[in-house]
Amino acid sequence: MVEPLAGQRIPTVIADEVHIVYRVNGAKSGKGSATAALSRIVKRGRREGEERGVRKVHAVRGVSFVAHRGEAVGLIGSNGSGKSTLLRAIAGLLPPESGKVYTDGQPSLLGVNAALMNDLTGERNVTLGGLAMGMSREQIKERYQEIVDFSGINEKGDFITLPMRTYSSGMQARLRFSIAAAKDHDVLMIDEALATGDAKFRGRSEERIRELREHAGTVFLVSHSNKSIRDTCDRVLWLERGELRLDGPTEEVMREYEKFSGK
Amino acid sequence: MTAPPSPDEGLTAAQLAAKYGLAVSGARPALREYVRQLWGRRHFIMAFSRAKLASQYSQAKLGQLWQVATPLLNAAVYFMIFGLLLNAGRGMSKEVYIPFLVTGVFVFTFTQSSVMTGVRAISGNLGLVRALHFPRASLPISFALQQLQQLLYSMLVLFLVVIGFGSYPDASWTLIVPVLALQFCFNSGLALIFARAGAKTPDLAQLMPFVMRTWMYASGVMFSIPVFLADKPQWVANILQWNPAAIYMDLMRFALIEEYGAENLPAHVWAVAGGWAVLVAVGGFVYFWQAEERYGRG
Repeated sequence: MVEPLAGQRIPTVIADEVHIVYRVNGAKSGKGSATAALSRIVKRGRREGEERGVRKVHAVRGVSFVAHRGEAVGLIGSNGSGKSTLLRAIAGLLPPESGKVYTDGQPSLLGVNAALMNDLTGERNVTLGGLAMGMSREQIKERYQEIVDFSGINEKGDFITLPMRTYSSGMQARLRFSIAAAKDHDVLMIDEALATGDAKFRGRSEERIRELREHAGTVFLVSHSNKSIRDTCDRVLWLERGELRLDGPTEEVMREYEKFSGK
Repeated sequence: MTAPPSPDEGLTAAQLAAKYGLAVSGARPALREYVRQLWGRRHFIMAFSRAKLASQYSQAKLGQLWQVATPLLNAAVYFMIFGLLLNAGRGMSKEVYIPFLVTGVFVFTFTQSSVMTGVRAISGNLGLVRALHFPRASLPISFALQQLQQLLYSMLVLFLVVIGFGSYPDASWTLIVPVLALQFCFNSGLALIFARAGAKTPDLAQLMPFVMRTWMYASGVMFSIPVFLADKPQWVANILQWNPAAIYMDLMRFALIEEYGAENLPAHVWAVAGGWAVLVAVGGFVYFWQAEERYGRG
């Protein structure tokens, strides 16, 4: 367990009654036909407060917690319990419906998948991904070799100059992780990024995540691997159906969670 | 959780946040700060637009050659229909009409595709918006920039067409630069406006092609407005000619085509061109910024 410095616990992330609602267009009734869409619009006039043809999914319901500097917080829960959604809200990427998230500095999500383009070479993707994360051209130039070496893309030949779509899915995942992990963050959030690539690469990436953790003030980790949660985190938030079910020291919460999930 | 008693006990979340200087995550920065952040991301904007452009034809055998071949084919189709079949070039000789038509098509396409990509700039890139931090205005501006680069390829074709019909490069060709700069400002503003609208109402992507086509036919892309509206009151022609699409097309034609003289331009043409650019660019930017914290909501 990480002891807070000088006995004083400094909050870095405060979530205050956060609710997040997704709106899905055209999913009101099961039917996707044009007549169904039309009847939705017509019917809607009578019902108050609901937008036409829009279905609301209440993904996170009133979650509150305070995370402190030096803490590594794990998020657990079954699929669809709102873990990733909550991470996005903390990062300020998904605006909450109500409630507020306060943070110290800019939390960042570890991941650049969305910025990369499969039709471009690995080389250009390193630059594009780096710029998308807010690195400067000089920083990228400085780290370029490090990123490529870390990904191990060039171990079997000069693949970094080929378009990313020609890579195997494992190689793609390795390059993505290498780019994403090239930057240091204040508040770092990792969404199941650990389990990519082969055993050799996994060892390397776990090592890198430990390094990032040391530099970051606070770490959030979403994972379905109870082992990696136990290895990394000293506090765990357990979400179920969007509600915070349990919040406490890793061992306590994990025991309850394992009882719940029947392991 | 058994936390040790601390002096922070009993504070509300907002008070606690204030005490330690935490800020609301994902809050909208002030306009000046927003501009500064955007400027900080200029390399990303450039790289993103170039990457989009390059990935467009990366699977085709001819590759980047399509950047030039596509506008060339476009020009050929319009020439066949409007030049040969419909004879829309009334009041103009072939030497003027063909370059007139091709210039119009390319310049209008620049605005049209800026709007169309603008509509989908946020709604089509939700993955990116929900994964990374950057001023969201980067996306629509980047797409407008991609269209500008696309237009520069088209200009190569345009130069060939214009020279082929007897207008050679001269001093007036330098006007191309200010015209493109003004039109780019105007297009970026439009892209920003439609990016915000399209983020709220994705249905616009289905609607806009019809709006844009109407605009195209009303702006005199394939006919001369003064000639076609000769029997209508003057103010009708004036309004059509002062619309931004027509203004930028006319200025480009004036710059490139030798026999397309100043008599074809409406009054105060440069002031109107500049006014549209500033008005739409600034207005669009502020309008887009006002919803900054809401982009990416599901």
